[in-house]
Amino acid sequence: MADLRYIEGYPEYMYELIKVIEKTRSKRKDYVPKQMTMEEREEVLKVHPDFASGGKRKIKIGVNKGDTAPFEVADLLEAYPLIDEGDVDIKKPDYDVDIMIIGGGLAGTTAGIWANIKGIPRERILLVNKLRHGDCNSIMAEGGTQAADRENDSPVIHFIDAIGGGHFTNKPDVLKSLVTDGPLVMEWLEELGALFDRNKDGTFVERWGGGTCRKRMHACKDYTGLEEFRVIKDEFQSRKIPTIEHKPVIELLTEDGRVTGAILANIETSEYQIVKAKTTIIATGGFGRLHIRGFPTTNHYGATFDGAVIAYRAGAKLRDTDTVQYHPTGAVFPPQIVGHLLTEKLRSMGAQPVNIKGEAFVFPLEPRDVEASAIIRECYVKNNGISTPAGLKGVWLDIPLIDVKNGKGTIDNAFPGMKRMFGRFDIDIAKNPVLIFPTLHYQNGGIETDPWGKTTLEGLWVAGEASGGVHGKNRLMGNSTLDCIVFGRKAGISTAEYIKSSKGGGKLTLKHLERYIKSLKEAEIPPERKTPILLPDYRGKKALARSIKIF
Amino acid sequence: MGEKKSIMDKIAESSRFFTTGIDDKDIEHWVTIHIMGRAYKVPAGLTLMQAMEYAGYRFITSCGCRGGFCGACATIYRNVGDYKLYAALACQTRVEDGMYLVQIPFVPAEKANYDIGEEDYDYTTIVKYYPEIARCVACNTCTKACPQDLEVMDYIQAILRGDFEKAAEGSFECIHCGMCAMRCPAGIVQYHIGQLVRRLYGRNAFKSPESLKKRVEEIKNEIYEKDFEKLLCASTEELKKLYTERKRESD
Repeated sequence: MADLRYIEGYPEYMYELIKVIEKTRSKRKDYVPKQMTMEEREEVLKVHPDFASGGKRKIKIGVNKGDTAPFEVADLLEAYPLIDEGDVDIKKPDYDVDIMIIGGGLAGTTAGIWANIKGIPRERILLVNKLRHGDCNSIMAEGGTQAADRENDSPVIHFIDAIGGGHFTNKPDVLKSLVTDGPLVMEWLEELGALFDRNKDGTFVERWGGGTCRKRMHACKDYTGLEEFRVIKDEFQSRKIPTIEHKPVIELLTEDGRVTGAILANIETSEYQIVKAKTTIIATGGFGRLHIRGFPTTNHYGATFDGAVIAYRAGAKLRDTDTVQYHPTGAVFPPQIVGHLLTEKLRSMGAQPVNIKGEAFVFPLEPRDVEASAIIRECYVKNNGISTPAGLKGVWLDIPLIDVKNGKGTIDNAFPGMKRMFGRFDIDIAKNPVLIFPTLHYQNGGIETDPWGKTTLEGLWVAGEASGGVHGKNRLMGNSTLDCIVFGRKAGISTAEYIKSSKGGGKLTLKHLERYIKSLKEAEIPPERKTPILLPDYRGKKALARSIKIF
Repeated sequence: MGEKKSIMDKIAESSRFFTTGIDDKDIEHWVTIHIMGRAYKVPAGLTLMQAMEYAGYRFITSCGCRGGFCGACATIYRNVGDYKLYAALACQTRVEDGMYLVQIPFVPAEKANYDIGEEDYDYTTIVKYYPEIARCVACNTCTKACPQDLEVMDYIQAILRGDFEKAAEGSFECIHCGMCAMRCPAGIVQYHIGQLVRRLYGRNAFKSPESLKKRVEEIKNEIYEKDFEKLLCASTEELKKLYTERKRESD
């Protein structure tokens, strides 16, 4: 990048372009582009990464053989385990528990609490984490949680919003669980002491989300996921439920199609350990760090699809593997935060996507795939985008418009997190717009479950982003934190009941791997490819090329 | 179709810098930083985290959300010619020439265990669980150590005065990185105390919305079951009709 003169955090040429949109701001204050018809949506979706040609192939082996998935996903499924059977002694478990939860984000942590509430003693529960307890996507959720608790709303209306947003591909009975339990978990969060945005009379401040016909977004400023998570984690820890950090699960253990435990590996020392568990809950989140189709991501460092990979080998069924959610508004400038999330709540409160000419070109609250496609089209088909010094393209998100519409100070008060993030790079979001482009955000599909989070495999439950079905092929804003808490709770209750009816448990074997390896060989998959990958690798090319193994 | 494929290629190509390891040929400006005392020449403009990765580190700890929300990448550093010790989040801070740094992957600190529904909504609860809060000498070191620029001492002092509203507001953007507790000469674990206060405040300071109680009752009485029975059997065409006929409530 050549030397550029910066004004208010922007290179001079970009700063000049901001003047164009300032000129049209007063006109746009009362102008909102029309919502798209179903036909218009279909048309614009042609440029969506899910529908644009290339990037995908059919899965060659396993339960979902023949289904379509992005190359990055198919590669991880069609791969060999990290261990050979002879490497590990699985006979003597280091832990013997009723419930093993894999992944301490919002879903997994909630599951532990509810299993304990439902009578499973704390020492019979074990939460294992690849990173720290809480290094997850949930804490980065900014905008809100949907729950149909206002009088003019209902779980039924919420259901219709979500199934339409998901292109009518959501699994209806699972979606029913999500929307019906929404108000129940809001009540629970309130009891735990979560600090939601409130009106003076105690009612929740509820706002729009993309694709909803009611205002039902409950937010904690723009730290919704962080606030929900830290309150839930505090409750979890107060119950003294055992937790292990920095020990990822690298493989499940099974007996005759039943999940009976797992192998952990200490990420610092590489020592393995064996867990025997009557039930297992996978709450490992999604796959943003696979950078599908080369997109930057909003996701945390550990979002590498591990849970799905190990469950798939054990025989669990996946669904909607062909779809990926790109959040419409990821940062493209400054370069230090490319891909970071700019919450949809900004648009809920009046921010507009605006092109280089200063035109508002899309209804700001279309469902996410439609909104993202419109921005891609604006940049790469209509060529109305703005280029950054690093060579990325984006359109403006006119954030200052929020204060024009709602009064000065609204942005400072409602978006302290966004303000801080950009402020660190000298950009004041209350004064200037920011550049945005779609960013890889969410794994729409995942491991298939029933309405209680139970999978097709005996002994295995899934909660949160790792699951598939509830959102169909496109999730709406505010339904993921809800998904985590609703299905974390359901999985906790359901596993507790399962155990109380004396079910679960079995021998620890790796028989499922033998079968899987056989089909890998039959499909002539190269043996070098090993998964789960656990972490991405961003080492500089030069350092990597000179790296030698000395231990 | 070729046209559309090329859009995806263009996007992937433009994002390469941010999705794979950095290649030297993309870089024009360089700075030197010291990681645990060793000097590394790294591209200017990177975050501390990106710079460490460029230098060859593949994080197995000290890296979490990469978005400034989790506190895993807390880092302390000094700049050349400056006596001050700074704390920062590696994922949110730009490298500067000459800085020397180390990460703090773990903070030893005990959290109290309580049942929030059983606790008194006043200062006595805080003193019961965290008596060391009374040892605060208002030195403000915690505030200076906060990578979120929170007024940590102010919220601790607000708690000492029993002003939970101010303390909840003042600690709201805390990401529990623990830098305050690592620097506190009195051994106070500010972020755990802040958490307890926010929960007490959140639970007790607000009137629960009537509409939420009513809706929860309705759900428990299964009044939506009939509607759902129909919805679960509905054809896609019927669902589409319901969807397109929705009436959006007014702004």
